[in-house]
Parts: sequence; structure tokens; C-alpha cells
Amino acid sequence: MTEAQVEMKTRMDNEANNVKFSTRGVHVFYGDKEALKGVDLDINNNEVTALIGPSGCGKSTYLRCLNRMNDTVDSARVTGSILLDGADVYDRKVDVVQLRARVGMVFQKPNPFPKSIYDNIVYGPRIHGLASTKTEFDEIVETSLKKAGLWNEVKDRLDSGGTSLSGGQQQRLCIARAIAVSPEVILMDEPCSALDPIATARVEELIDELRENYAIVIVTHSMQQAARVSQRTAFFHIGEIVEHGNTEQIFTNPREERTRDYITGRFG
Amino acid sequence: MSPVTIAFLIILVMTVAGYFIGKSRALHAAGATNERLHSLPSQHAAYLALWVGIPGIMLLLVWLLLQETTIQNIVFAAIPGTLTDGLTDAQRALLISEIVNVHHGRVFQAPRPEVVEGARHYGALVSTAGTALIAAIVAICCAGMSWGWSRIKVHFRARHGVERIMSGFMILCSMIAIFTTIGIVLSLVFETIRFFQMVPVHEFLFGLRWEPQIALRADQVAGQGAFGAVPVFTGTLLIATISLCVAVPIGLFAAIYLVEFADDRVRNVVKPAMELLAGIPTVVYGFFAVLVVSPVLVQAGGAVGLDLPPTLSLVAGLVMGIMIIPFISSMSDDAITAVPRSLKDGSLAMGATKGETITKVLLPAALPGIVGGVLLAASKTLGETMIVVMAAGLIANLTFNPLEGVTTVTVQIVAMLTGDTEFDNPKTLSGFALGFVLFLATLMLNIAALSIVRKYREQYD
Repeated sequence: MTEAQVEMKTRMDNEANNVKFSTRGVHVFYGDKEALKGVDLDINNNEVTALIGPSGCGKSTYLRCLNRMNDTVDSARVTGSILLDGADVYDRKVDVVQLRARVGMVFQKPNPFPKSIYDNIVYGPRIHGLASTKTEFDEIVETSLKKAGLWNEVKDRLDSGGTSLSGGQQQRLCIARAIAVSPEVILMDEPCSALDPIATARVEELIDELRENYAIVIVTHSMQQAARVSQRTAFFHIGEIVEHGNTEQIFTNPREERTRDYITGRFG
Repeated sequence: MSPVTIAFLIILVMTVAGYFIGKSRALHAAGATNERLHSLPSQHAAYLALWVGIPGIMLLLVWLLLQETTIQNIVFAAIPGTLTDGLTDAQRALLISEIVNVHHGRVFQAPRPEVVEGARHYGALVSTAGTALIAAIVAICCAGMSWGWSRIKVHFRARHGVERIMSGFMILCSMIAIFTTIGIVLSLVFETIRFFQMVPVHEFLFGLRWEPQIALRADQVAGQGAFGAVPVFTGTLLIATISLCVAVPIGLFAAIYLVEFADDRVRNVVKPAMELLAGIPTVVYGFFAVLVVSPVLVQAGGAVGLDLPPTLSLVAGLVMGIMIIPFISSMSDDAITAVPRSLKDGSLAMGATKGETITKVLLPAALPGIVGGVLLAASKTLGETMIVVMAAGLIANLTFNPLEGVTTVTVQIVAMLTGDTEFDNPKTLSGFALGFVLFLATLMLNIAALSIVRKYREQYD
């Protein structure tokens, strides 16, 4: 191999390593309605990608393609290529259960199971068989809660119900629950829309910390939030990506008229 | 036309008249002072109509309740003392019914002169009462009308008045249900107390022999009698247990299938079909048990060398289990559907399979609702009568073997309280004692079920 070839290969490897999800020409149909009209987007490792856009623009639909949660909607049909580390997630050989263990999700409304805090965290590790002894489970619970910044608040009452926590704590519990199965990507569907400003600030801090270890995709209605937490932003409008790129560039110097209008609050 | 019909028509006519009078009164009052009415004319009209109709109807009801007894008492008091002295209650009732029959012309043999005299007296009183009723109705309707009329003014709040009257009416309706329940409980309690005066409580509750076929009359040949209800209770529990063992798994799995797996087309067929099961009269289930299930089981038993009696508790339990499947499945269905979709999505997004989601998230969350449904179904099995009357036996048998005949509380009540009975011997009264125990048991089950369901409902609010 020549020096140039080696350099080329390294660069490609780096790129390949850095891109977690590569999606091309993603279409989603709900019955006859086309909710996504060919979306191309890359999701990078160790970055927060924010999806913004007015309601009904398809950003949540896109998010739910990444861990195939659209499978639970009977009328939904997905075409196009969605590659996770180069492998098509919609390939028939893919085990959707394994996929969702690698791509965790946090929902709009905190949805802890009506179980204890402890059982909420070990739910995933138990079904996936990630640990076998009590000590291992305890360890998972402690590290997950610590990563989610909830450990100090709940370490003395792990046996009390997950639903007894406050809204912000519940959402952080859900994040801890997602972390517990050691995913590679975390999808967040408007994770702060049901929270007050203080809890929101706490979760945003957490998202920034989590970026170190995971690729994070966050759908948000709040442009300030997108600007605060994300490194890359994609602006969706009526089932298409109008513009995507560096967050700073999108918010300070958008290339498209529609993006500028949306960001300055002229519609949406 | 009987006086009652006439009185009813009068009330109807006067109520309608009251409506229009009230309306015109209200409009006049408004026209005279040139002010806006506080309430709509139709509300004033309804107010007046209610003031006419309600007193009229109430008087009519009270009158109907009291008229017959009052007249009979007056007639009886007028009969010469030589004839009425020393009569028992039953003989007194007989004499009065004879008088009433003569009055209506139903004569089987030449009546005694006193009876003829009584019948004449009775007839006179009835016709007087009819006239009096009509007069009283007219009077009270007029009184109501004039009171209501005097109240209608421009500023009168007929709107609220009508509402108050209607709410009073609704309270009355709800009271009827409560008082009926209280009445049922009291009638059970008094007969039960009479029973326990003849048979000691501990013998009833702890005795192991149930042989209630004692002599009704002194000259009858019959057994000594024993009123130990334990075999009856165990029989009831045995059949209820068998039926729950059949219905809980089938109903629960059917509900899970319908909620989580069936597509819309299947659900639209299967769900109504299952609910159809709940609409079948239990006596038809009884036929099914006796004509189909029992012979099949007996034959099957014969094939493996078991000599089975035709009245198996297993048969009654199986068929009753089929009967309560729709209750359990529809309660479980509701409970599972009520679990928020976000929980299900949360579990699926964690990488759980559908089955893991159902067993680890949906069922635990829905469990209180399911338990509530099972308890309601259990209280239904305890009280179910027709199937066990037809398919279970009459012999109280202290056994937990489903291949023997047992008897249940309801079967015994039917046996004790149908046919020739007299309400002064323990055989008949034992039916009330059994009924009372049954009532307490089902009441407790229902309270438990409802409190569980209520607690569970608060969980997601």
C-alpha cells in the first residue's frame, strides 16, 4: 500500500467510525399518507443531533424509524436505507429486539413502569440477560442512576415506586433505564416538553454529559433547546429536510429562506 | 271507567292546563310591567305544571296504598261481634276475602246473611271512596295550581325552582334502590333470626350433616333433620373453584389475544360473539350441562373404568365456567386496554418482545383490574342458581372430589322454598339462613372487588 492509499483508508475508517446512522431516501407512509418524503441524514457518534420543525413535519416519525418503533403502527410502511454501522436496520435478518437494545429511546412523557425504581432500571438488563447476580444488577443500577444524575436523590429509596418521583426525576429515571442496557444511540422524543424549566435545565445538562459516550438524537420544539444542546441540527418541514448542518451555522446563518423564517419565528 | 282511571286523567289534563296557564301568566306578568322575565316562559309553565302534577300523583299513590285496607277494616268492624270474636288472623283474612268475592259476584255457595250485608257495606264504601278520590284529586290539583300561580312573578326564579324539584325527584329515585336493598336485607335478617331460634348458630355454621327433609306435619314420616351447612358451603366453593379454574385462564388469555394480537377483523367478530355468551339465559346453560356435558363425561368416565354419577360437580363447574368467561375476559380486556400506551411503548423501546411486554409490564399494571373482575365473577358463581339446580345434585356431600355430586347454597334454597312450604319450621327457614350467608359472602367479594378496582384507577391519574 502506498502512503496515499493508507491515508485514504484511515480517513474512510474514521468517517465510518464517526457516522453511526446513515439514512438515505427514507420514505414513511401511514396508509396512503406520505409522512416522510425521502430524508437523507447522517447521525454522528459523540454528537447531539437536534431535529426541529413545526408539528406534523415528520421529525418524530423519522426518529421512530431509527429503532423501528414504527413497526408497532400497523399502517406504517418504511422504505429507503437506514444503516446502523453500515448494516440496514430494516433488513429481514435484523432482530428488532437486539436493535432496540442498541438504540435506546426516551419519550415525550415520562413513562416509568409502575414498579420500583430499582426494577425500572434492571428491566432491560434482565430481559436481555446482561447480568446474572444481585451484585451485578446493583452495580448496573448504581452506574445508570449516576450517569443520569439521579443517584444522590434516590439512592436511599430504590424500593419506592418509580411513579412516586417528580416529573423531572421520572424523566431522568427513564434516561437511566435506557442507559442501563448500554445502548450506542439514545433517541429522545421531546424529552423536556412535560417538564418545568428547572427540570429541563437539569435534563439538558445531562444530555450534554451523555454525549461523551453515545450518539444522541433529540426531537425538540424549542429552538433554544436545540441551540443549547446540539452540535448538529436538521430542520424538517412537511416530510422533508429543508436544511441540516452545524447547529451554529443553522441558527446564525441559515442557507434556506424557510429555515430562517422558522428560526426567527415567522411560522411554525 | 274506574275512579282511579278518571282521577289519573284529571291529573293529566290539569297538569297540561297548568302548563299553559303558567305560560300565559308569566307572559302577562312580563307584559304588564314591561320587564324581562327572570326565567323563560316555558320554565314558569313547567314550574306550575309540576306543582299541579306531583301533588296529584302522590295523593293518588297514597290513596291506592291505603284504600283497600281501610275499607276492609271498616267493613270488618261493622260485622256483628258474635261472628268475629275469637277469629285467628287467617280466619279473619278468609272472611274478608269471602266478602270481597261476594261483592264482585264470585259466589260459590249461598253466602251467610252477615257476609251479604258486609258485601253491601263494602260496595257502598268503595263507591264513596271513588267519589272522594276524584274530589280530593281535583282539590289538591287546584290547590297546587293556585299556589304555583301566586308564585309566578316577573322576577320569580322558576328556572331554579324547576331544577330543585327535578333534583328532589332524582334523589327519590335513587333512594328507591337503596331502600329496596335495605328491605331485602331486613327480610333476610328477620327470617334468619327465626331460624336460629330453632337451630343453634354453631350447629348451622359448623355442623357436618345437612339433612333438612324433616316432617312438615305431625303425621308425615321423615328424618330427624340436621342443619349443619358445612357440606353445602363446601359444595358451593367446590363448584365455584372449578368454574373459576375454567374461566380465569380462558378469559384472561382470550382478553390478551383480543387486545394485543388479534387484528381488527378478528376482534370485531370474536368480541361480540363472546359477549353473546353473557346473554344466554342460565337455564339454557343448564340444558347444555344436562344433555351434552354430563352424558359425555359419564361415557368418557365409563371408557376408563370410572363409574360416575350423572350429577357431577365437575359438570356444573365446567358449564358455569363457560358462562362467566365473558365477564372475566371483558373486565381483563378493559384493564389491559386502560394501561397507558406509553408504558407499552417504553417496554418495546427497551428491546422487550411482545410477550415480555405483556407479562412484565401490561399484566402487572392491569392486575388489580383483572383481580377485580375475577372477584366479581366469583361472586356471580356463588350466586348462580339455574345451572347448579339442573346439573349439580341435591345430596349434601362433604367432599372435594369433583367426580362426585355435591349441592350448593342456591340449590338448597330452591329446594327449601319451592312447592308446599310453611314458614314456621326450620326446613323452610333454613333457606333464609343460607341466603343470608350467601348475601354476606357475595357482598364482601363485591366490596373487595370494587375497592381493588378503585385503587387501581387512581394509579394512572
